[in-house]
Amino acid sequence: MSAPAQTRTDPAVTGEQRGGRRRRKGIAGNTLWFWVFVGPFVLGLLIFSYLPILWSLVLSFFEAYNTATPSKFVGLRNYIDMLTDHNFLSSLGTFTIFAVFIVPLTFVLSLALALLVNQVKIARAFFRSVFFLPTACSYVVASLIWRLSIFNGVRFGLANTVLGWFGVDNIAWLSTVSPPWYWLPLVTVRLWLQLGFYMILFIAGLQRISPTLYEAAYVDGAKPGWQVFRYITLPQLRATSVAVLILNLIAAYQAFDEFYNLVGNVNYARPPLVYLYGISLGSIQDLGHGSAGALILAVIIMIVTLLQSRIFGFGKAGD
Amino acid sequence: MPAHVPNAGLTRRDLLKRTGGLAALAAFTAACGGNTGRPSSGGGGGGEKVNLSQWYHQYGETGTQQAALKYAKAYPDANVSVQWTPGDYGAKLSSGLLSSKGPDVFESQFNIGMVKSNQVVPLDDIMADVKDDFLPGDLATNTIDGKIYGIRMIIDPQVIYYRKSLLDKAGIKPPETVDDLIAAAKELTTNKVKGIFVGNDGGNAMGGPALWSSGGSYLTDDNKPGFTGDRAAKAFGKLHELYASKSILLGAPTDWWDPTAINQGLVAMQWIGMWAVPGMQKVLGDDIGVIPFPKLDAEGKPAVYSGGWTQFVSSKSANIDAAKKFVKWLWIDKSEYQEDWSLNYGFHIPPRKSLAAKASKLQSGVAADTVKLNQDYGHTDNPSWTPKMGTAFTDLLTNVIKKGADPAAEIAKAEKTVNAELSRLFG
Repeated sequence: MSAPAQTRTDPAVTGEQRGGRRRRKGIAGNTLWFWVFVGPFVLGLLIFSYLPILWSLVLSFFEAYNTATPSKFVGLRNYIDMLTDHNFLSSLGTFTIFAVFIVPLTFVLSLALALLVNQVKIARAFFRSVFFLPTACSYVVASLIWRLSIFNGVRFGLANTVLGWFGVDNIAWLSTVSPPWYWLPLVTVRLWLQLGFYMILFIAGLQRISPTLYEAAYVDGAKPGWQVFRYITLPQLRATSVAVLILNLIAAYQAFDEFYNLVGNVNYARPPLVYLYGISLGSIQDLGHGSAGALILAVIIMIVTLLQSRIFGFGKAGD
Repeated sequence: MPAHVPNAGLTRRDLLKRTGGLAALAAFTAACGGNTGRPSSGGGGGGEKVNLSQWYHQYGETGTQQAALKYAKAYPDANVSVQWTPGDYGAKLSSGLLSSKGPDVFESQFNIGMVKSNQVVPLDDIMADVKDDFLPGDLATNTIDGKIYGIRMIIDPQVIYYRKSLLDKAGIKPPETVDDLIAAAKELTTNKVKGIFVGNDGGNAMGGPALWSSGGSYLTDDNKPGFTGDRAAKAFGKLHELYASKSILLGAPTDWWDPTAINQGLVAMQWIGMWAVPGMQKVLGDDIGVIPFPKLDAEGKPAVYSGGWTQFVSSKSANIDAAKKFVKWLWIDKSEYQEDWSLNYGFHIPPRKSLAAKASKLQSGVAADTVKLNQDYGHTDNPSWTPKMGTAFTDLLTNVIKKGADPAAEIAKAEKTVNAELSRLFG
């Protein structure tokens, strides 16, 4: 008698114990699988991102010419040098001009494209793909096409050929400083490459807007078109808009490929990354100053992003 | 799955565990590896031979890469792999020299920073017997504190080549002063053809020659800035005058080092190196003449940039002695290869006087004229002039040439940077 009773009472105990073991085993298993799949990437992140950042921080306090090994402690001198270096400051100016062009243009044009594509009744996927495809193209390849085929300065460049039809002389798009025609290829190549991506973000945002809002607006007498856009669509796209602006500004800070491949390392159109590349990894090989400059830039990007997020209220409840 | 079944194969979970582990291992080993340019195995069938990696930039002339591979393969005492680098060779080389995975042997241009950072080893021992067979300028450009760090591979004079027929048609004589050059460029400019191509940057490559033509230099003999003063400012101002004359070609698909612009009839004159002579002759035949960068004025002197490439041995090489032996074999002992390298693709002057004297392809026509100009007016690089100084000088030129900035003010800015660099290097 007692045995079965015991047997009957045991399952609760053993079941709990078993359950506990299963849970523990399950956690151990999950943890294992987490590290199997995430581990290599975490390792990569540590080795190729965080370790270099840390090393860069160390180097920024040292003299390090032609070597990645700190050679002589200089304290904050590299930082002071960079903050008083007119070329570095001018590179921040170049970025500012670029951002002034590229951020609003990308915002307005990608939103306009999203609105147009979203309203298309037939072949919407086709149009979405057409505008998104350039995103898959390399910046280097696009820059070379822009430089060699479209905006080369001789008579057989596409832009000059078209101008020639109207009797306009050849323009050296990438070499003329006054007027600064080089901004046209620099801005258009980035627009071509990134509009599709931001268009997709806006389309996703548009599709999240409830149709009932539009219906209510119509009922309340809002006129289709600008009024509906101004009072319904735009406010509803606030979170997406802020994200697009922040991503755009960060991307503008990180501009490198199109500048390097279109105009090279020239002081009148040299964004911060091209300048820092020239100091650190180009022929100069001054990794102390380069590291200090890179960290100053990183701090500027963080501050601007945080300010921008605060001003626009990004991440608040309801976003 | 029943536990008693022997060798039941892999479960999905087992498979995932094992492949996941392998993937992680592969990712890690791939991250730690990297292409060093050396053969992958020790001997590669060559027994006890060491592996050496030799780095080149991409030469534009057809056949050069094959030639470099041929030389490497012919070397009997080591397995030499050649890494041919298109694009930004300088940046890749700089990164490569930071680690032991870089080249054992490489071509570059010398500067004192390479010595201060212990990137290259002296080669006096392998140069001892042939030192007198090199031109003094080619030795000086690779010498610091009496030690020779590189073997000059080729000499590349940079000058102005022009279409004789176009100058004749316009009734213009080859320019002898900078003002003549500006006037000729204007005269030769039509709605189809520009007067001269000096690079898409507007003529930075001519900054050094312009300075020399005024009597200045990058650095003085006692290592002070030599690009200051009124005459230097005047010379840089003349480069702006040429740019502003609207007679120079800008925005060409290829840059000044490629003869396409003059070959395609886009310009009447072009600043370019002697390497392009075979390419120009192929298209233009004998319709090419050559002049040095003209003298600034009656007080000045014409100038030729005697550029080129030099072979070095990396101090981070695991096989320094073997690398030096290979360099000696290729660039000192094997004279037939040096002749081949200098004369069978583009034209270059062989740095060995004995070989240059025998170079029959350089003894007639425009090539001979260029060699003569190089002898009379050639300037080699000063090894104390570092890339940081070079960047400051280029910024000076860009501001003056393209933006029309005041040369004196720009010189003062560059001088500040150069002085800071000089005090870092020489105290």
